[in-house]
Amino acid sequence: MNIMNKITHHLSDQLLIGYSAGTLPEAFNLVVATHLSMCDECRAAALSYDSIGGALLQEQPTEDLGAAALSKTLALIAKGSKAAAPAPAGSDLPDPLSAYIGGGLNDVKWRPIGLGVRQAVLKTSHAATARLLYIPAGAAVPDHGHRGMELTLVLKGAFSDETARFAAGDVEVAGEDLHHKPVAEIGHDCICLAVTDAPLRFSAWIPRVAQSLFRL
Amino acid sequence: MRMNLDIVQETGASDRQVAYAAYNSNAFDDQKASIRAVTKTIPKNIWVDHLKRIQTDQDQQAFAELFGYFAPRIKAFLMKSGAAPGMAEDCTQEVMATLWHKAHLFDPSRASVSTWIFTIARNKNIDALRKQRRPEPEELTWGPEAEPEASDILVMQQESEQLSQAMKSLPGQQRELIEKAYFGDLSHGQIAAETGLPLGTIKSRLRLALSKLRQTMK
Repeated sequence: MNIMNKITHHLSDQLLIGYSAGTLPEAFNLVVATHLSMCDECRAAALSYDSIGGALLQEQPTEDLGAAALSKTLALIAKGSKAAAPAPAGSDLPDPLSAYIGGGLNDVKWRPIGLGVRQAVLKTSHAATARLLYIPAGAAVPDHGHRGMELTLVLKGAFSDETARFAAGDVEVAGEDLHHKPVAEIGHDCICLAVTDAPLRFSAWIPRVAQSLFRL
Repeated sequence: MRMNLDIVQETGASDRQVAYAAYNSNAFDDQKASIRAVTKTIPKNIWVDHLKRIQTDQDQQAFAELFGYFAPRIKAFLMKSGAAPGMAEDCTQEVMATLWHKAHLFDPSRASVSTWIFTIARNKNIDALRKQRRPEPEELTWGPEAEPEASDILVMQQESEQLSQAMKSLPGQQRELIEKAYFGDLSHGQIAAETGLPLGTIKSRLRLALSKLRQTMK
């Protein structure tokens, strides 16, 4: 899945370094890995940050291993490797994401959260939450701010908010200061992968109730 | 095997020279002349050939040498990332076993051996210590009919070596910040976007390597 020529909104260097260092919450790693599957520009940047890790590893002062470490490792090797579970075949989504859904878009278990918008929370570690959002063409996600950081990666269609337009492959990096109201473009329903490391803050009272009910 | 390992640990430099000679004599026969002209400047990157020997011949000697050099560094890296010594020891063995099983996936036009091993150790760290899954981007591998070119491999290995050198000459504070970021002592909000390291060439080489891969995949 490579649509890089059209991508205009990329991941920040902080996120790419965090992904390379392995210090991001799982949900953030999922957005990064999905974006990297769609964007060779960011993939090259992420791989170059890996090479900092490689240089650090090479410069490490050494720690002695037990006397039998090599023979134990050879015994491990003789046992064979655990084959990784292959990504579900024929998915219309990038591999890392279909692995979390267990298939493609047709396998997503959507739940309505009001105004035609639907979501599906994906199972990750608790440090951050990942969810798929389905925004019907022309509809809006309720006006909200964030206590933490929110990443929104467009998978299908496009949306616009106060800052810019985001199409397939684009990722919006929203910090605490951004208070926005994403609206899906007319013509196509918009599907996004969104993660937050703190619950969203909605401006109006009614979405706040929905928030407690639906883990927004 | 055990004795050989000791030799590697005690005399790292001469091991490199031996393997360096092996690199010149075995690998990439058709490109040998051009490689010999350039290898003088990259004496440390002989590990590429070790991985190739594991990949093609299941060469346990090559593995023992890699183990002797990298396993004590992997263990140190895992301990700095928060693993207790026993856990770090077990994880190191698993990382090295993974290296054996995945040797065929190593692409020397995209990473140095130490970079590739770093990614395996990092993923093991996330899996074993942080108990999380690690989502990885879609695989992009060379098809059976296409292989990375020897010149691309050499440039990437050279660039990686230069990066290591640049890292050594960084001001102490800057280097400390990078170490903190990679050993999990900084949250992503605290990580500085500017590392002060010359990554530009590596990044553009990688960009080029990816577009070549995309072309062969079409």
